[in-house]
Amino acid sequence: MSEIKVKDKEISVPGEVLAVGMDVLPGAGTYREGEKIVANRLGLVMMDGRTIKLLPLSGRYMPKTNDTIICKVIDVGFNGWRLDTNSAYSAMLSMKDATSEFIQRGANLTQYYDLGDHIVCQIVNVTSQKLIDVTMKGPGLRKLKGGRIIEVDANKVPRIIGKQGSMVVMIKEATQCNIVVGQNGLIWIDGGPMNELLAIQAIRKISAESHTTGLTDKIKGFLEQNSVPKKTHQD
Amino acid sequence: MTYKQRIDGRKFDEMRPIEAKVGVIPRADGSAMFKIGNTWAYAAVYGPRNLHPKFMQDPQTGILRCSYNMMPFSSSGERVRPGGSRRSKEISLVTQKALLPVLNLEDYPNSVVDVFIELPQTEAGSRCAGICAASMALADAGLDMKDLVSAVSFGKVDDKLVVDLDYSEESYPDGGVADIPIAMLPNSGKISLLQMDGEVTKEELMKLIGMSKKVLMDIYEVQKKALKDKYKGVED
Repeated sequence: MSEIKVKDKEISVPGEVLAVGMDVLPGAGTYREGEKIVANRLGLVMMDGRTIKLLPLSGRYMPKTNDTIICKVIDVGFNGWRLDTNSAYSAMLSMKDATSEFIQRGANLTQYYDLGDHIVCQIVNVTSQKLIDVTMKGPGLRKLKGGRIIEVDANKVPRIIGKQGSMVVMIKEATQCNIVVGQNGLIWIDGGPMNELLAIQAIRKISAESHTTGLTDKIKGFLEQNSVPKKTHQD
Repeated sequence: MTYKQRIDGRKFDEMRPIEAKVGVIPRADGSAMFKIGNTWAYAAVYGPRNLHPKFMQDPQTGILRCSYNMMPFSSSGERVRPGGSRRSKEISLVTQKALLPVLNLEDYPNSVVDVFIELPQTEAGSRCAGICAASMALADAGLDMKDLVSAVSFGKVDDKLVVDLDYSEESYPDGGVADIPIAMLPNSGKISLLQMDGEVTKEELMKLIGMSKKVLMDIYEVQKKALKDKYKGVED
């Protein structure tokens, strides 16, 4: 019978022995060494039936297919754009994936997306050498105009979005801001300076307290307490 | 045979008091502080990130780049000239070689992980403190690692075998001094750094490695605790 040395939802550090025995299986973030299952990174232990896996708590964003991310245009070439993805690798947006409009041969591509523009796009493919292809064809994929961009830890993004988007919808409603959350940890917020600041505070609070339970209620209370009075048109 | 008692009153196999903390530099992807006596090391990890110059890129794996830097008035001796020196270059290199065996950067081709080790004050054993801090910082950065790395120095003062020499012992005036830094992967017991300054016999060296193992395990526990403390409260 195998022996499990750690508790569920405990923090584990690299090299720590998580379990001994062959009837437990190593999941993500762990490896097997003989009889032992050993942690491969810093993470939260998750028992999933017979498998032990580690949930990452820190680290840079790693591009994944089908992720919706916010990127910055860093170069414009002959047949597409090069984008900064807030990871170690840049992405390529080719002309044919860029827009549904017809692009004239030899057209100046900066009239679509210029240097420094931020866009929401989706990753189509990531190769073994981390060459990334993105597309702009899909619902909600567009160029971001106005507003502001903030950066958060990419590992906290699921918490900021919430179950079925519950958290982000709540912030959107309370602050009357448009918000787009990229999987790569960049968040775009638009809607009046005071509201934007409140939304940023709420998001910072979520990422600081991402591990606590009852977070949705906490944030709800926070937003109600600090809500910006709605503008009344008197003049 | 004049060295009967250690200058600061420690036992011969006792290290200086240690202290470790993780997440000391918020802007870095991973960071840690490691203090052993009056030697303080801070390590910051940035990356994996895009590597330039491009000729350094390796399509098979990411690379690790270490930088060891003593601050100008960090040592008790003369002012250390800022910028790289022959010594700091060597220590940067051995630090990188000591850390690389635990790291797996194959998921990050063409990229680099930068480690910056800064030493605000030193009193011997600085490369070991730097390696301890760097290994915690790398784990904090969420990188793929087989193990942590713990390091300490040991050696011989006069005719006594000692662990964790401080500056007064390293520069002990009468009798020979040997100073041997060691870095170990605590779970497998593998050694990733072993340098020697001075002379010991083979038998003495083997005995010293045995002595340092116990100390290294104590350091490892402190490192482990520091890492877990940063994320304390995540469990519930």
